[in-house]
Amino acid sequence: MNTIPVEAGLILAGILFMLGLISVLVRRNIIFMLISVEIMLNAAGLAFITAGAKWMQADGQIMFIFILTMAAAEVSVGLALILQIYHQLKTLDGDAANKMKG
Amino acid sequence: MKELLWLVPALPFLGALTLIIAGGNLKRGAVPFVGAGSVGLSALVSLLIGIDFLSGSQAPFEQHLWTWFDVDGFAPQVALYLDSLSLVFIFVITFVGFLIHVYSAEFMHDDEGYARFFTFLNLFVGSMLMLVLANNLVLLYLGWEGVGLCSYLLIGFWYQEEKNGYAARKAFIITRVGDTAMAIGLFMLFRTFATLNIQDILSQAPGVWQVGSEAAVAVGLLLLGGAVGKSAQLPLQSWLPDAMAGPSPVSALIHAATMVTAGVYLISRMFTIFELAPVAQMWVGIIGALTLLISGFSALTQYDLKRILAYSTISQIGYMFLALGVGAFSSAIFHFMIHAFFKALLFLGAGAVILLLHHEHDIFRMGGLRKKLPVIYWTFLIGAGSLAALPFVTGGFYSKDQILWFAYAGEKGNMWFLVAAMAGAFITALYTFRMVFVTFFGTEKTHVAHHAGKAMTIPLVVLAILSTVGGFIELPHTMGHIQLFSDYLKPVLPAISLKDGIESSEWIIQLIAGGLSLSGVYIAYYLYVQSPKTVDRIKISISALHGYWFSGWGFDDLYNFLFVKPFLWLSRANKADVVDKAYDGVVVSTDYFHRGFAWTQSGIMRWYMMGIVIGTILVVTLSLIYY
Repeated sequence: MNTIPVEAGLILAGILFMLGLISVLVRRNIIFMLISVEIMLNAAGLAFITAGAKWMQADGQIMFIFILTMAAAEVSVGLALILQIYHQLKTLDGDAANKMKG
Repeated sequence: MKELLWLVPALPFLGALTLIIAGGNLKRGAVPFVGAGSVGLSALVSLLIGIDFLSGSQAPFEQHLWTWFDVDGFAPQVALYLDSLSLVFIFVITFVGFLIHVYSAEFMHDDEGYARFFTFLNLFVGSMLMLVLANNLVLLYLGWEGVGLCSYLLIGFWYQEEKNGYAARKAFIITRVGDTAMAIGLFMLFRTFATLNIQDILSQAPGVWQVGSEAAVAVGLLLLGGAVGKSAQLPLQSWLPDAMAGPSPVSALIHAATMVTAGVYLISRMFTIFELAPVAQMWVGIIGALTLLISGFSALTQYDLKRILAYSTISQIGYMFLALGVGAFSSAIFHFMIHAFFKALLFLGAGAVILLLHHEHDIFRMGGLRKKLPVIYWTFLIGAGSLAALPFVTGGFYSKDQILWFAYAGEKGNMWFLVAAMAGAFITALYTFRMVFVTFFGTEKTHVAHHAGKAMTIPLVVLAILSTVGGFIELPHTMGHIQLFSDYLKPVLPAISLKDGIESSEWIIQLIAGGLSLSGVYIAYYLYVQSPKTVDRIKISISALHGYWFSGWGFDDLYNFLFVKPFLWLSRANKADVVDKAYDGVVVSTDYFHRGFAWTQSGIMRWYMMGIVIGTILVVTLSLIYY
């Protein structure tokens, strides 16, 4: 059976993670920031799967299930917060929510 | 009777307390009754005690009142010690003090701070009595500082004028220099003897210290430092002429009965220490000789009546120090007593003249008062005669003559002391009668406002009598040989031992001394009555020296240059306080870090995330490098 090399999986995961991270940092729209966080989560999940395939262990897939659950919870909380921010500030600009500056 | 001893200092303190509590509410007429009455009663008690003491065994009497405090075996008592030395002092302090109080009742009558004045006077007398009656040095030091405090309060009594406050501070600070030396001396005594009881120290000292041992000399010099400050001797004499800023009765009290004689008392009370430290004792004599000369020259040039008297006091106390320095302790005390009488007399007379001439201090604007104020003139003349030591008829002659004689004939005396004292005697006569002739002779220059009342003249007359008869209780070998005073002091103070085979020359010294003082009087008469132009010529020919003498040998300028200016410079330079800089640094750096960290709290979430990312990268990188 022709297997995909581990390195390729990990590099893909790394690229996905960096893309997510960069877009979290540069995006100002909080909905896109939330989506970028999801991308980073999935990148982490891909890294787990790849590692689990390498060592022939089910742990990687179990970990991915956890990440999916956590992501679902996170999205629900995140969307609720986004709604609240939109209610309060009438904008989706993340930088507008800077009321707690020192 | 002796059991009443505690009343002697307690009565003036009680008077002061009454005046402090009730002074504002008392009627004006009642104030002097409390003020003078308390000292009068105290004088009466000391008279009774004196009679009891003299008719009895003359053994020292100690009255233990209570223990002041008790710390690890160091327990100074509040206890009074009466022997013939302290009896002389309490007698002079209470009697002269009483006369000055009576005089002040009229002198200060129109002053706003009438009750305040008597409060301070009473406190002053009480502190001085505490000083001379104390049986230990701690209590003595309490009185010593009390006297210093009261002198400050009284010199600055008319505090609305800035220069009076300045004079008061000057007196306080300069005497404090001496007091510090004395305090260190007391610490050293305590370390050696583990007690500060005077009699214990005096009895133990010869067993502990060799004659001339370093510790004895150090203690002697430190005690001398205290005495020099209080008694206004070289080099701490410059406060006394400025102390004339106070009312005249205060000057009389400071100069005659209290304060400046404290130094003489201290040295004669601790005479054993000085006998064990010949170097220190020699310095007592040298300081006395120098002081009596330089202040005599300064007195020659003054034109403020009270400043002349101030310099004469410094000079006369110089004589007492000289006597102490050659070991003629009883002569010093004798001169102290006579000096207290005539100097109080002179100051009270001067105060009366100044008051009656609308506060005119300049003697060259007085003149011709002989006819206008006969009582003051005659009493002042008697006092001046005593100060100038006119032969045979004045008390001052007998007391000063004794010092002159012992300055030469005493075992520790020498030719230099004699020459200084002789020159001083001549100068004394010259400046004293310059003052008398200028003030009371010639033409009247200022109109006399009114005449002195009985409360002012009676003390003058009493003091005039005392300063004359007082001298006859101690007559020299060549004239009657009466030794009541030195015999009386003999149980406390050792008699002076003379050089061998010298007694025959005593009459020569007496003759020279008498001649010098008479010639001083004549020269003063010639210069200031017969041909005043000569004085101006002399003044111009020595104008630089004259200015130097007038400013008290420039000691004020010297101290200004040596201490005041550097101190002011230092305080100006250190205005921002170097020590504060360290604490300021804490504040500044805290503030700096606060600003830095507050800036990172921008409130923008993306910045926080950036921070987390950088932090994570940093941690991961570091852990990869080091593990």
